[in-house]
Amino acid sequence: MRGIIDVCGHLPHWRLERSEIAAVLGSGGGAGTRTVASYDEDPVTLGVAAARALLIGRSDVAPVESLTFATTAPVYAEKSGSPLVHAALQLPSSVSTLDAGPGLRGASAALRAALHSTDRLVAVIAGDVRTGPAGSVDENGGGDAGAAVLIGDDSAGELVAEHLGGASATHEFLDRWRAPGELRMHAWEERFGQQRYDELAADAWDRALGSCGLTDGEVTRVAVSSPHARAGAALAKRLGAAGVEVTDRLDRSVGFTGAAHPGLLLADLLERSGAGDVVALVALADGAEVFLFRRTAAGSAGQPVAEQLAIGAPLPYGKYLAWRGVLPTQPPNRPEPARMSASAAERRSDWKYGFVGSRDRSSGAVHLPPARVSYRGGTVDDMEPAPMAAHRATVATFTVDSLAYSPSPPVVFAVCDFEDGGRLPMELTDVAAADVRIGMQVEMTFRRIGTADGIANYFWKARPVPGAPVAGEAD
Amino acid sequence: MASHGIADQVAIIAMGCTTFREHWDRGADDLAIDATVEALDSVDLRPADVDAWWLGTAQSGMSGITLAAPLKLEGVPVTRVENYCATGSEALRQACYAVASGAYDVAAAVGVEKVKDSGYQGLNAFPIPTDGTQRTLTAAAMFSLVAPAYAEKYGVDPTELRRTLARIASKNHANGARNPRAQFRREMDVDAICAMPEVAGMLSVFDCAGVADGAATAVVVRAEDAHRYTDSPLYVKALSFVAGNGSGLLDPDYDYTHFPECEWAARDAYAQAGITDPRRELAMAEVHDCFTPTELVLMEDLGFSERGEAWRDCEAGAFDLHGDLPVNTDGGLKSFGHPVGASGLRMLFECWLQLRGEAPEDRRIETADRGLALTHNLGGYPGEMVSFVGIWGSELG
Repeated sequence: MRGIIDVCGHLPHWRLERSEIAAVLGSGGGAGTRTVASYDEDPVTLGVAAARALLIGRSDVAPVESLTFATTAPVYAEKSGSPLVHAALQLPSSVSTLDAGPGLRGASAALRAALHSTDRLVAVIAGDVRTGPAGSVDENGGGDAGAAVLIGDDSAGELVAEHLGGASATHEFLDRWRAPGELRMHAWEERFGQQRYDELAADAWDRALGSCGLTDGEVTRVAVSSPHARAGAALAKRLGAAGVEVTDRLDRSVGFTGAAHPGLLLADLLERSGAGDVVALVALADGAEVFLFRRTAAGSAGQPVAEQLAIGAPLPYGKYLAWRGVLPTQPPNRPEPARMSASAAERRSDWKYGFVGSRDRSSGAVHLPPARVSYRGGTVDDMEPAPMAAHRATVATFTVDSLAYSPSPPVVFAVCDFEDGGRLPMELTDVAAADVRIGMQVEMTFRRIGTADGIANYFWKARPVPGAPVAGEAD
Repeated sequence: MASHGIADQVAIIAMGCTTFREHWDRGADDLAIDATVEALDSVDLRPADVDAWWLGTAQSGMSGITLAAPLKLEGVPVTRVENYCATGSEALRQACYAVASGAYDVAAAVGVEKVKDSGYQGLNAFPIPTDGTQRTLTAAAMFSLVAPAYAEKYGVDPTELRRTLARIASKNHANGARNPRAQFRREMDVDAICAMPEVAGMLSVFDCAGVADGAATAVVVRAEDAHRYTDSPLYVKALSFVAGNGSGLLDPDYDYTHFPECEWAARDAYAQAGITDPRRELAMAEVHDCFTPTELVLMEDLGFSERGEAWRDCEAGAFDLHGDLPVNTDGGLKSFGHPVGASGLRMLFECWLQLRGEAPEDRRIETADRGLALTHNLGGYPGEMVSFVGIWGSELG
């Protein structure tokens, strides 16, 4: 039996109230919120965050054999994005990686491919940052998220959902399009695409049910992922009438998150389901993919989407526009950071992408970054790897730097002491400067530090642990 | 292994120091020439009379040619040295050792920095290719990390500490206002400094050293030759230097309330000079007040205050011009700005004036008869710094 071993959606910390858009632009906007990736997040870091939630410290699943990364907003052309995800997850070099994109269809096609793969365990990871000109439909209706799905044989780990069957429909028609690097999305008259999608969805749905001998009424719950709200509505209506529960598309709370959306809805779908439920995911993107699963009693390692929706912090619209580069803002009058050295970065790949330091075997002292000579005792070349990405730390002292160059000043910076030894002075993110305290607990998060000469520079930052108490302070 | 020092073996016989300011009309060449000619003229020497040169500059040029070319030196060694913000002191240290070794009779240390040609405010390091994981914080922010740590450790109310730091800046501005070579010559009161917006932690721009161009030069000879050139040389009593290994950035035991590199350098220097009670034996000290928390912590690291007491001593005026131990009587980095290669030698220039009784009356110390002055110069950041301590005396023995 093959199926889903685990699935997780990841929502970034920031939320934009859509009503703020109309307040600034005089029109547009709408109701509800959308999620916003921080200025230091991109599809890669969002995908990594989702995958880490499933893979870190996971001894109950077999090793990943292949990895697919899907996004509509790739960091590079020519250079692949999946090896960046692979590096941040510290997977062995024997793991094959594939970029599914930049087309929207890649994400759901990757799920299908993983379900039909002979690899024992496949990680299907997606991340997207959805943007557009100020006042655009994509700005208003889009959202940012990551998603990760572990798909494999039941020998690779306990399945949270067994794959029952599915069907695909592919059809060439022009609905929405964007040239590479273009901010603005173009769309044909929406009713044209909607009708094509409705036909494709119905066709794929019927064939999917037929492939596993099910009827509409035997499906407990369905999630429909589509680039605009009306596409797929006809199928949802039909299933609703047949007693199938149609789950929230997350349009009002998250927005359409592009390549991440099928995975995000799949996570939410399974989180809402109990053992024995038959659940379906319908993903519409230049065609249709239908997946049918039976939920098992197994639990998931990730934080439920509903819980993530309940936290987060509001972001002013102006900040959103600046972060997305839609509104150019004045940077500090300091030299921009130089580009990273490719060879130096490759030499220190485990540190840079995996946050692996070294531990002196004789004294136990942790060195961040890794070192050859111990600061405690001076022992030479007697270090073992010290992976620190999953370790929490405490703020020893901190500062707020309004003068340093940053894509989003000021820089909030703290000396972080790790719970099992080790210290690193590092930048904080997903934080309000006024909230930082000595004794505050932080966790590690993989971020895009900046871009120079077209080179995206990634490293780790620290962010407050949601809900963690401050050491030495009463609740 | 031991640090023996070269107490009383080497003498400073001449010094020169330019004004420190935005010298839009002068390059590093001009500044080096001005400081050097001033020093040499005072003892009737010419460049050709100097046997060996050390040039301290962090970013204004590479190699000894940076000095040899403008001075048109012929057939002599010129060594360019760089050791972060202690570059000027490092140049002097090398020149002193060269004379003490007997290799040369007359050596000169020239420190120069042309900072104001970068187009940016502040100091900006030349980027070395890296893996892209290094922090990009300003020096102000790195030193501002000291303030909350100090307040927390010693139970000082942050508002009180804010005033203490402002008082340090105010004291240095008061001294600088009396110094024609200083960049900033305006007094600043504590309330005005406290009212400034924060730019890095609790620091405002008035907690930060200024940014200026400048140069200073010292000429050294063997102690026994000193009186051939001047009646009032200064003698090298101690030269101490420590390059930190950066362990403060790795080791959670480091608490950001002190600078071990400075403690070590001070301990070594006091041993070389035979000093046991620096606060009472020293006539004055010029310390590296790059940011106000730095000067606060240095009062403890250099043994002028007990641990956790420097803030009270600063408040009580112990380090004012007419306090127990005058500190930064020329106005410090606060008033002079910090042309990296020149600052260490600029500090020595103030000792040169004060111990020889040549400082103008309105900022003349009353403790000059103690006969010993200290210069302290550091580079880097809390957790990873280099530190120099030098002690200079007006008498042998």
